[in-house]
Formats: sequence, structure tokens, C-alpha cells
Amino acid sequence: MDLHTLTIHEAHEHLKNRDFSARELTQALLKRIEEVEPKVKAYITLTPEKALNEAEQADKMIASGETTPLTGIPLAIKDVLSTEGITTTCGSKILSNFVPVYDATVVHHLKKAGAITLGKVNMDEFAMGSSTENSAFGPSRNPWDLSTIPGGSSGGSAAAVAADECIASLGTDTGGSIRQPASCCGVVGLKPTYGRVSRFGLIAFGSSLDQVGPLTKDVRDAALLMNVLAGYDPRDSTSVNSEVPDYTAFLKSDLKGITIGVAKEYFIEGIDPEVEKAVKEALQVLQGLGAKIVDISLPHTEYALPVYYLIAPAEASSNLARYDGVKYGFRAGKDENLIAMYKKTRSEGFGAEVKRRIMLGTYALSAGYYDAYYGKASQVRTLIRRDFEKAFKKCDVIVTPTAPTPAFKIGEKADDPLQMYLSDIFTIPVNLAGIAGISIPGGLTRNRLPIGLQVISGPFEEGKVLQTAFAYEQNTEWHVKKPKL
Amino acid sequence: MKITRDQVEHIALLARLEFSEKEIEAFTRQMDNILTYFDKLKEVDTTSVEPTSHAIQVKNVFREDEAKKSIALDLSLKNAPEKEGNCFRVPKIIE
Repeated sequence: MDLHTLTIHEAHEHLKNRDFSARELTQALLKRIEEVEPKVKAYITLTPEKALNEAEQADKMIASGETTPLTGIPLAIKDVLSTEGITTTCGSKILSNFVPVYDATVVHHLKKAGAITLGKVNMDEFAMGSSTENSAFGPSRNPWDLSTIPGGSSGGSAAAVAADECIASLGTDTGGSIRQPASCCGVVGLKPTYGRVSRFGLIAFGSSLDQVGPLTKDVRDAALLMNVLAGYDPRDSTSVNSEVPDYTAFLKSDLKGITIGVAKEYFIEGIDPEVEKAVKEALQVLQGLGAKIVDISLPHTEYALPVYYLIAPAEASSNLARYDGVKYGFRAGKDENLIAMYKKTRSEGFGAEVKRRIMLGTYALSAGYYDAYYGKASQVRTLIRRDFEKAFKKCDVIVTPTAPTPAFKIGEKADDPLQMYLSDIFTIPVNLAGIAGISIPGGLTRNRLPIGLQVISGPFEEGKVLQTAFAYEQNTEWHVKKPKL
Repeated sequence: MKITRDQVEHIALLARLEFSEKEIEAFTRQMDNILTYFDKLKEVDTTSVEPTSHAIQVKNVFREDEAKKSIALDLSLKNAPEKEGNCFRVPKIIE
């Protein structure tokens, strides 16, 4: 048995039956990492010793019968989530030496459940990007084709899962950063409703958009991780205090009583014909499982991209003001005055895309332009949210492509920010509206690149997303296909 | 042009960033492209539409004003690039 290929629920059964120990499972993953990591480059920091110590603890928990579904499961954590005592870089030179003194709430929850951390995975700097090419530590590779991008910003999280370099991983999603890489790498990625999962210890990019979520090998694993991640946290004032259901209870293999909305605005010019075909075939499968398909309209979809690229950089420009070379992180030079030190530190510490977004955001918020840019964008955001509210009166979930194209070549869009931004055209509206969305494997192109299928629900309806995704997955084979490495 | 070179230099100062001549040129061009693309929003009638700053409506969140354990002094200084005693050390501010 190749232990590294197991899902969370499969590994859990074996651990419970004592077929192997958490230590053996962790060693198998570390060996797999050693073999394929030089090709995939998913990790920024590996913590093998810590992982083996945690495995020993997990084996004790198992021996005493105190297991949770995550006990002894080796995971990878996106390097934007604070981990006590483990360097947390955010993919940036400016935090290259930053060692958090506390754990993010989600990391704390995972540890309490007995999960094991293998290391911290690569990402676009400060989660800004769709390819991991903006990482200060170099890009990760798509395990399906090493010359293509793994998506981003959680590209390391998605590549690590697809390459079996972890059992599952955590990512974050501000405009598609979990779902788009999941789509590129042929894995499952769930962005929960805004407020469902604590953001405490998540290094902020766009505070009104950021959410933490799981990247997994199948839908059941996403539900299992959501059971641990979701919940109210008094340390995050935007976390919502509503009951957390058992997400595995939604995993049924039919869709009787579910109405699926299809929006014409998501089948636009520029969408790859293979992607369009895959999504239309998926809709037939879903219909065959008992779902009712209805046409809906989300008329403000075309404005989501400009709205996002005003709001997210505006929030980022203010969030990233804290990197000034004083309290933590990198500091440049010995300077004669404070302003010069700030400028040197920030100019040397941040990469080009981060600087571009800080500039855009600063401009959008600056005197004389606020109303025309940030103000206008916030109003159109309301219209986008209302589109979804109206649509969900007619349907339970909406099915769309996750991204307009499969993974593109490394370097292909590096010089054209606007082209790169278009990768997130189908995922961004979900963040703006604060609702939930999942990407699941929904096909392979002729060139054997994964195609992602997105299922979207209203706020706190992750159960419906998981039900639809699970039913589709149980009746198709895409999720069991593996890249050849 | 949506944005001039002078404006880009002014924004850079506000954002505490500095750029080479070549970078300023590239930024001016790229920001101009992006801002032109944003003009699309002018098509939308937003008369009397309330802005959304948070998608999930949360009101002010209050808690009891109780002292709780916080991060120890040595830990809060642990990541400082330069420190002196119990302080963050920065270049001279007042002449």
C-alpha cells in the first residue's frame, strides 16, 4: 500500500485498525516529499522533526482511544497562517525571517485534533497572484505538467495534495486562491462563507474577503476538515457565532430535491472550449442524479473583476502598511532617518505585484479619488451580492467553471497583470458576496490537464455545496485520477 | 492618460515606496491600463445603492473589559530587527 496516496478518511480507518502507526504514515509522506519535491517545489519550509514528534503524540492518542478523524494525519499549511515557532514568510522577502509567537486559531484547532504539520507551503507573495510565480522563493510546479503553473495563490497547498506530498492542506481564498489552484491541480478546494472560519493568525491581505479553507483529495475529506476549522472565535470580531453542523451528514449520493442554477454570464467568450464542454457534461451528470436545472442570471458578473481589483488592493495597501522594518521582518540598511528606512525596507522587501497592488490601493483610497474608485466599487459590490440573493431564491446551488482555462505555462502571463487577473473571473464574485464555493475535479483536457467544476451556495450553506460535490464525485472518476510524476 | 508620472511618484511617497526611473515608467503604464479597465464601472447606475464594506453584516462586537493574558514582553520583541532594552530601536526621529 502506498501510504502517501491515502485520503484522510482512509488513513483514519487504517490508523484506528492499527494497520500502521502515525509515525509510519508520517515517514511515508516525508519519503514521498524527498522523492518528488525537487520537481514540484510545493514547500517553503519543511519541519520533519516536529512532524515526527507530533506523530509520536498522535500514536499515544490512538493507543489511549482518544482519536479524532484527524489524529495522526500529516498536513501542509499555507505559509500565510501563523505557526508558533515555525517561520511564516507569506512568500515574501519582508517576512523571510519571521517566526510567529502564537498559532493561528485554525492551526490550534488542527493540533488539538491531533493532526501533524509536515511544513509550510508556497504561495504568491501575500496571497496576491494566480500562479505562485509571485513567491519570493520561486514558483511551484503543477504535478500534472511541470511546465505549467499550479494556480495561486494557494498553489503550494494544491500542488502538495496533487503530488501526494501531504494527505491534505490548508489554503486561503481572497478572490479564488483556494478554488483556482484546486482546479489547476485536480483536487478539491473549499472556500467557506466569510465569517465561518476564524481569521485570527491569518496574515491579512483583503480583510473583508479572506477566508481559510481545506484542499483535499476528495469531498469527504473537505467535510472532515470543515468540522474542525469552522466555528466562532472571540479573537476574530468578524467570525460569526452560528451553529456548526456535522458536514459529513450532507454527503449523500443523490441530489433529489436540489435545484441547480446555471448563469449564462459564466459561459462567456474567452472560455476554453474544453472547459465549457466539461461543465456542460457535468450538469448532465448532476441532472441524472435527480437535480433540477434552472437558468438564472447574475447580471453584474462582468463588473466583479474591476470591483475586486479596487477593493482588495485598497484593503491590502492599509493592511501591508505594518511592514515597516520596526516590529518584525526584514529591515534594509542603516539609514539617517525613519522615512528613508521605511522606504528602503518596503521597496527591497516587497515584490513587484505586491508593490503594484499597494500603489493601486493607495491611489484608490487617496483624497479626490476615493468616491470615484473605492466608493463606486463598494456600491457595485452591493449589486453583485444582491444578484446572488435573488438567484438563491430560485435555486439551492449554482454550478460554474472554476476558471476559464486549465493551467497555463509558467511565464506566460507574468508580464501582463490584467491577463493574470482574468484567471479569477469566476471565483471573485463569491468572495465579494461573502458566500461559499467549492472546486472539484470535473474533467481532463486532451493534454491531461485538470478542469475544475465550481459549486456555489448562499451564506452558511456549505452543506449544500458538499452534498452536490459529493454526489457528482461518487458518480465520476475524475477525483481518483493522479498525475504521473 | 488616467494617471501621470507625477501622480505615481506622489502615491509612492504616500505608500512609503521608492522606484527606479524604469520602474516608475512601467508602473505608470500598467496603472494607466488597469485604471482604464476600471472605467467599466461607470456604466453601472449606483444611485442610492448602499456600499458594502463587509458581505456578512456584523454590527460592532463588544466584550467585557477584562484584563487577559497577553504576549510576554520578550516574545513581543523576539522578531524585532533591532532592539534596545525593552524597546524597538529605530533611526533618530527628532533632531
